[in-house]
Amino acid sequence: MSESPPKLRLRGLTKRFGDKVVLDGIDLDVPARSSMVVIGGSGSGKSVLLKCILGLVEPDAGTIEIDGKDLLGMDRAQREAARAQIGMLFQNGALFDSLPVWENVAFGLLALRRISRAEAPAKAAGILAQVGLAASVGDLWPAELSGGMQKRVGLARAIAAQPDMLFFDEPTTGLDPIMGAVIDGLIVDCVKRLGSTAIAITHDMASATRIGDRAAMLHQGKIIWEGPAGRLLDSGNPVVDQFTHGRREGPIQMELRR
Amino acid sequence: MTPILDFVTAVGHALFAACRATGQLAMFAASGLSHIFRPPFYGRLFLRALVEIGYFSLPVVALTAVFTGMVLALQSSTGLSRFSLESAVASLVVLSVTRELGPVLAGLMVAGRVGAAMAAEIGTMRVTDQIDALTTLSTNPMKYLVAPRLLAGLIALPLLVVVADILGVLGGFIVATVKLGFNADTYLTNTITFVQTQDVVSGLVKAAVFGFLISLMGCYHGYNSRGGAQGVGAATTSAVVAASVLILAFDYVLTELFFAR
Repeated sequence: MSESPPKLRLRGLTKRFGDKVVLDGIDLDVPARSSMVVIGGSGSGKSVLLKCILGLVEPDAGTIEIDGKDLLGMDRAQREAARAQIGMLFQNGALFDSLPVWENVAFGLLALRRISRAEAPAKAAGILAQVGLAASVGDLWPAELSGGMQKRVGLARAIAAQPDMLFFDEPTTGLDPIMGAVIDGLIVDCVKRLGSTAIAITHDMASATRIGDRAAMLHQGKIIWEGPAGRLLDSGNPVVDQFTHGRREGPIQMELRR
Repeated sequence: MTPILDFVTAVGHALFAACRATGQLAMFAASGLSHIFRPPFYGRLFLRALVEIGYFSLPVVALTAVFTGMVLALQSSTGLSRFSLESAVASLVVLSVTRELGPVLAGLMVAGRVGAAMAAEIGTMRVTDQIDALTTLSTNPMKYLVAPRLLAGLIALPLLVVVADILGVLGGFIVATVKLGFNADTYLTNTITFVQTQDVVSGLVKAAVFGFLISLMGCYHGYNSRGGAQGVGAATTSAVVAASVLILAFDYVLTELFFAR
């Protein structure tokens, strides 16, 4: 009996910017309906990894398979259709500040013509309720929201089209620990409710262990460790241990001194 | 030999960079233009851009046109009086305004006001990931952000120039009749007699080209801005400077096309 392919499979994914190799042959499998957390230092290529999968950055080499189909081998229309199955929560929310909250939330549904403009405010109110926000928030503008509310609205926008995959870029950055835990809880709830496959990139170890089923560490363009998210603080890998415990001394520090 | 080689290398690099930038701009313009004609169409965004460029630029363009017409009448009267050609003031004002000053000054004013605002808005969207967010929400940023603005620029500036032409001639008329003692009927007759359809049409065609260039520069520099607030500021400056220079350069090219014998 053949094993079903993972929801997402990366093989040899490589991306250079000039002489700098940001992703150096990344291999990664993410099983369907699981949550993968990718950790790594600043500038380690985590965001580039997500952008490559989303098609916002063109990789130099490698394959990106979703449900066994190579994204890079698809034509433009097929890639756009595949991309429509991915919801993304950006680090700073990336809400459209020229649109009210309800239009931000319903933007993808309107773009995909799944709802009419007349239906959009009520639909947005229903989605806002799923992330714990009152319907009245829909009439506010992004600039009127706190950081935590912006993240919730960003999450509402990401889940609005009920995507197969959800990506989270530093979901708790800039939030206090309590709000961070609230956002993590909402992410876990949404992923479970939709039955989606999730990939999150984060620096926040508490967030990583709350969100992730599995975790991987990206260091110098390579995945240097992969395992259960619960073992992040006890991985046995000196680089991962130094990073997750925030130690000044260790292999990462030594490399910086060279 | 080394200084000469260094110089040649530097010139080569500069030429190569200029060619690359021109190619990128041409590709950007072609992509933006192609999206104007392909669905989905964002009528709401087009109307918003049209109001922003056309309606909200009306005061500054109107004031510029009135004062330009007034100064033109005054200057041409004092200059032409040396040759006893005061009767040519009306024709000089109307031809200058419709052919040149209306479109060029309106273009420069709109470039400063709208080109900067476009670059700042789109640049801010770029550095805050809003443009990437558009892409992830099944929306082509070129179609959503660029195409409506290009079309609005193309249409709004000729409309503004119609107003500028009328107000510029009116400014000249006021100075000529109130200050310089011209007969109102004679001045108007001279104005209407000397202006030809081609004068007005050439000015409107110039305005359409300038409007397109202003929107193109605002969108291009905003879309390609990098590096936070400083990058957005640089994009805004570049958009205004590039649009202003291109307006003057294309003004010469179009004048050559329309009027060179």
